[in-house]
Order: sequence, then structure tokens, then C-alpha cells
Amino acid sequence: MIRLEKRPQPSRAFAVAAPLLAVLATMIFGGLLFAVLGKDPVQSIITIFWEPLFGEFAFYYRPQLLIKGAPLVLIAIGLALGFKAGIWNIGAEGQYIMGAICGAGAGLAFYPTESVFIFPLMILAGAFGGWAWAMIPAVLKVKFGTNEILVSLMLVYVADNLLASMSLGLLKNPEGFGFPGSRNLQQYASAHNSELIANSGMHLGVVTALIAVIFAYVLLARHRLGFAIRVTGEAPRAARFGGINSSRLILFCLGLSGALAGLAGMFEVSGPSGQISIEFPAGYGFTAIIVAFLGRLHPVGILLAGLLMALTYIGGDIAQSQLQLPAAAIQVFQGMLLFFLLAIDLLTNYRLRLTSGDAVKGAV
Amino acid sequence: MDLSAISPVILIAGLISSATPILLAATGELVVERAGVLNLGVEGMMITGAVCGFIIAVNTGSPTTGFLMAAVGGAVLSLLFAFLTQVALANQVASGLALTLFGLGISALMGQSYVGIKPPQMPDVNFGPLTDIPIIGPILFNQDPIVYLGLVLVAVVWGVLNYTRAGLVLRAVGENHDAAHALGYKVKRIRTLAIMFGGACAGLGGAYLSLIRVPQWTEGMTAGVGWIALALVVFASWKPWRVLLGAYLFGGIDRLQLNLQGAGVAIPVEYLAMSPYIVTIIVLVILSADKSRAPGSLGRIFNASQ
Repeated sequence: MIRLEKRPQPSRAFAVAAPLLAVLATMIFGGLLFAVLGKDPVQSIITIFWEPLFGEFAFYYRPQLLIKGAPLVLIAIGLALGFKAGIWNIGAEGQYIMGAICGAGAGLAFYPTESVFIFPLMILAGAFGGWAWAMIPAVLKVKFGTNEILVSLMLVYVADNLLASMSLGLLKNPEGFGFPGSRNLQQYASAHNSELIANSGMHLGVVTALIAVIFAYVLLARHRLGFAIRVTGEAPRAARFGGINSSRLILFCLGLSGALAGLAGMFEVSGPSGQISIEFPAGYGFTAIIVAFLGRLHPVGILLAGLLMALTYIGGDIAQSQLQLPAAAIQVFQGMLLFFLLAIDLLTNYRLRLTSGDAVKGAV
Repeated sequence: MDLSAISPVILIAGLISSATPILLAATGELVVERAGVLNLGVEGMMITGAVCGFIIAVNTGSPTTGFLMAAVGGAVLSLLFAFLTQVALANQVASGLALTLFGLGISALMGQSYVGIKPPQMPDVNFGPLTDIPIIGPILFNQDPIVYLGLVLVAVVWGVLNYTRAGLVLRAVGENHDAAHALGYKVKRIRTLAIMFGGACAGLGGAYLSLIRVPQWTEGMTAGVGWIALALVVFASWKPWRVLLGAYLFGGIDRLQLNLQGAGVAIPVEYLAMSPYIVTIIVLVILSADKSRAPGSLGRIFNASQ
């Protein structure tokens, strides 16, 4: 019989190895899934993981890696700070949408004026939109003890409807021949989040994501606040006795993750996506949850996990067009990754021990 | 705008039907949470049930078989959660989220070739002359079998939890798993069974959406009903009859906003569609101040060898 024995210290080796093992297991089981769907498993996996990086058209796909990875990393960094402290912001998708609406709205309000001040204003508005949306669950939790998971999630659906209303009403392009959706910000120079280096995929959102990674790393490793976050997550009672103000921590974590998600939405709508429309949300807010866990809630890990997840998005698109692999298969694939990670994580904190039957009876 | 087009009798009859998916899912989750497990995967299990039920019903032509298999589908998916949280001792919040994300994906994959098909209809229960009683007839005696199943389920769960030995054991496991373990109860086995029951109920609720309420299969069709069900358990203070009350409240709001959309009220459709979610938040705020009823071991990991 196998018995679980808690390790005195979490295994460092497994903490690093678990995500890699999870990716490997996902490749194997994902391959099986693709085989069931009648696709060549090896070919599918190569298409998803190899083609975007080293294939014939890699020059086109590599910049996409930054474009898709940036919002994931930006959102996941914020989420991870909260998750570390046991504060569960599940509604990043809503904050992302609100950031996009506010950011685009701020820009479109000045159309067609050209000014260097418009874009910075949009950045502020985007961050504010996400922050404000996240403050709703934060304030409710602090004031009334309302569950932040449910409130932040409900607000995703509210934001979704608000987005529909905006793209059909207030922000609708007056010259759009009645089609829903706002003006295209890519054609409005002052509001366009253009690439900093042509065809590199490097836009301001990517830079912001990198800054966020460094900021979060320093915060967690060197700052008092980072210490407070870690203590609250690992030993809530100790945190209370240590005089850590949990209300302030909740407001900070939710607010920051909201602002980052809002920024991600704003950079997306003013850059790669271009306009506010019903199709705008791409599920980054939810995928970022997987990214945060896959990156072990560690800033550098999140950076790598974000790139990996971006790879599955891009590879998934290629597999969709070349192998007719259904889009949903990629979603399952990404979900699987989180499953395997959670399962393998067991070995970080526990050791498997073989015992004789009698000992098991005594223990269980 | 023509508010007189909204008939109260039809509204209430519709409310009961609207409330059923939330009711089923929330009752299942209530049992899970009373056993001390927080499963945030309700949305994922619901949509998996919705697609399983739909596929089976279309292929066999029997909605009843569809519902049965929806329950099985939900329970099978919930086993993944049970494995993660009971065997691999993973964090319940993360595992529940994983279940939801996975369920949304797998359902979309399974349902691809079923978009736009009409499922076989489930006949209403025939109560004979009772149906013709004015007002009460259309409300109480003109519903499909699953509506009654939902009501029976609430009654059974209430009865079992409060008046049987099995219910007592389940609650003991949820209140204090260490004590229950010390008394010799198999904590993990009981919790796994509770999780499967929750999965089956969520599956039924999902199938109700795809087979009766809508009735059609579209990707992501549960649209947050599973999350509302989770919220319902919290503000029902983990009591079955309050879940029923809450479900009717939401069914009512959902129906009312649909009717208002139909009546052409001056409020834009999008704002009406937001209302169930906003009301959920408001009720959560009002009622969640009292946390004293939460099961003592809710969300905590149990491992006997510690």
C-alpha cells in the first residue's frame, strides 16, 4: 500500500519539476485526445509547440507570442499576488473588459483630436476601469465579509453585458454603417498602441508586463508588503497577531490585480484588437488563472508560463487551420494542464511511502 | 411598452421552471459543502451535464435517458475533482476552477456537431383535471417531471440531512473532519460520495437548460448559472428550504427580466440581462454577513496520516 507522508519542507526540486511534468503529461494525454478526434497526435503536438517557434512561418508567429503572452502575464501577476495571500480574484476577465471600455472610451472621447496626451490618459483610464471594477468585491469583502470569488465572477457577466451595450450604443462607430463595434483605434494615431519596433510584437503592453514581473518580484522578495502577503497566505493567524492589516491587504491585492487586468484590456483594445466589440473578450482573464498557477505564483515562473500558454494559443490556431483541430480541443488542452499541475503538486508537499497492510490499517 | 402582456400566472409558472436548474445544482452543492468540501466546479459540471444530456437525448430520442446520462456525466466529471482534492490533496478553490475551465472546454468539444439541433421534447406530467383548476392548475400541475424531481430532491436532502444517521455522519464530517475520523468514519469516502452526488445534481440542472429551458445546445450556454447556484448555497446559510426560496427568487428575476425584454420596456436589453447577476451580489451582501452557519471544515484539506 502507498501512504502519504507530509514533507517537513516543501521539496524545491518538485516545485520546479511539477510544471514541467504537468506539461509533459498534458502533451501525452492531449495527444491521446487528438488521436481520439482522428488527428495524428505527434503531428498535432509538433504543430502546437514547434511550428510557432521554429517552423517555416516562425517569423510571423514569434511576435504573436509577445502579443498573446503580454496580457496573460500582466493579469496573472496581479492574480498571483492575491492568490498568495488567499484572496481569490476570479473575475479578472471582467476587469480586463472594463479596462478596455474605459481606456477606449477615454481615447474616443477626443476623436479626432491628435495629441500626445491622449494615450497616457487612456492608460490611466484603463487602469482605473479595472481597479474600480475590482474594488467592488474588495470593498464588499472588507465591509460585509462577502465572498470575493462569487462577487468578482458575477461582475464578469455584468461587464460582458456592459460591453455589448457599449458596442451597440455609446461607443458605436457613427460611420460604421450600423455594424456593432467602436471606431478602430488602430486608425486613430494618438490612441493607437503601436509596436515599438516594427513587426516585433513589442508594444507598450509587453513592456508593462515585463515591468510588472520585476515589480512583483521585488515586492515579494524584498518589501514588507510582500512579506505581509506571504504570511497572510501561509499562516493567517500569525499574520493577525503580527499586526498585519488584512483589510488593507485585500484592498491592495484586489485593486492591483484589477488595475493590471484593466491595463491589459486597454493595451489589447488599442493595439492588437483595435476596437470595442462583442467579440473583444478572448478569455485571457480566465486563462491567466492557469498561468498564475502554472508559474507557481512566482513572477518569473508566470513570465515563462505566460509564454507557454501564448504558445498553445498560437499553435492551437495553426492546428485549427492546418489540421482542422477544433478550437475547443485547445481549451480542453489548457484545462488539462491545470489538472495535471494540481495533481503532480502533491509530490511537492508529500512523500509517497510504501507500507505494509497492517501499518495502513493503523494509519487510515 | 405593454406591461399588461405579462400575466402573473404565466410568470409564476415560468419562474418555477426558470428556478429548476439553479435549484438542482444548488441542492447538490449544498450536500457537498455540508460534507466540508467547496467545489467551485459547478459551472463546469452543469455544462457537461447539459451537453451529455443533449447528445444522449438526441441520439436515443428519449429525454429521460438524456437526463439520466447527464447526471452520470456530471458525476464522472466530479470524480476528477474528488481525485484532485481527496487523493492528491490539492487546493479546493484551484481544483474547482480547473474543473470549470475543463468542463467548458470538453463540453464545447463534445457538442460541436450538435449546435442548432432541436432535442426531443419531454412531455409535462399529466395531472388530469387538476390542470384545469384556475391559477393553481397552470402553476402547480402543468410542469415537466424534472420540476417535481427538483422539489422532491430538496425535501429528501432536508430529510436525510436532519433526520437520518447518514445525514448526521455527513454533517459530522463537514463540521469537524478530525473528530469524525477519530470516531471511525471514512472521511474521504463520504466526501467523495457527496462530491459525486453534487456532480450528478449539477449535471441534471445543466440538462434541464439544454433539454427543456432553452431547448438547444450552444457553447457556454450555462452563462454563470452554476456560479449563481454557488452563491445561493452561501446565502441560504446551507439550509435546503432556503435554497428553494432563493432559487425561486432568482427564477423570478430571470423570468421578469425576460418578460420585460419581451414587453419592450425602455431599459436596454443588456441592462436587463445584467440584473440576475447584480441581484445575486446584492443578496449576497445582505445575507452573507452571518457566516456562523458555515460547516466548520469547509474547504479544509483532510489527510489522515497527519
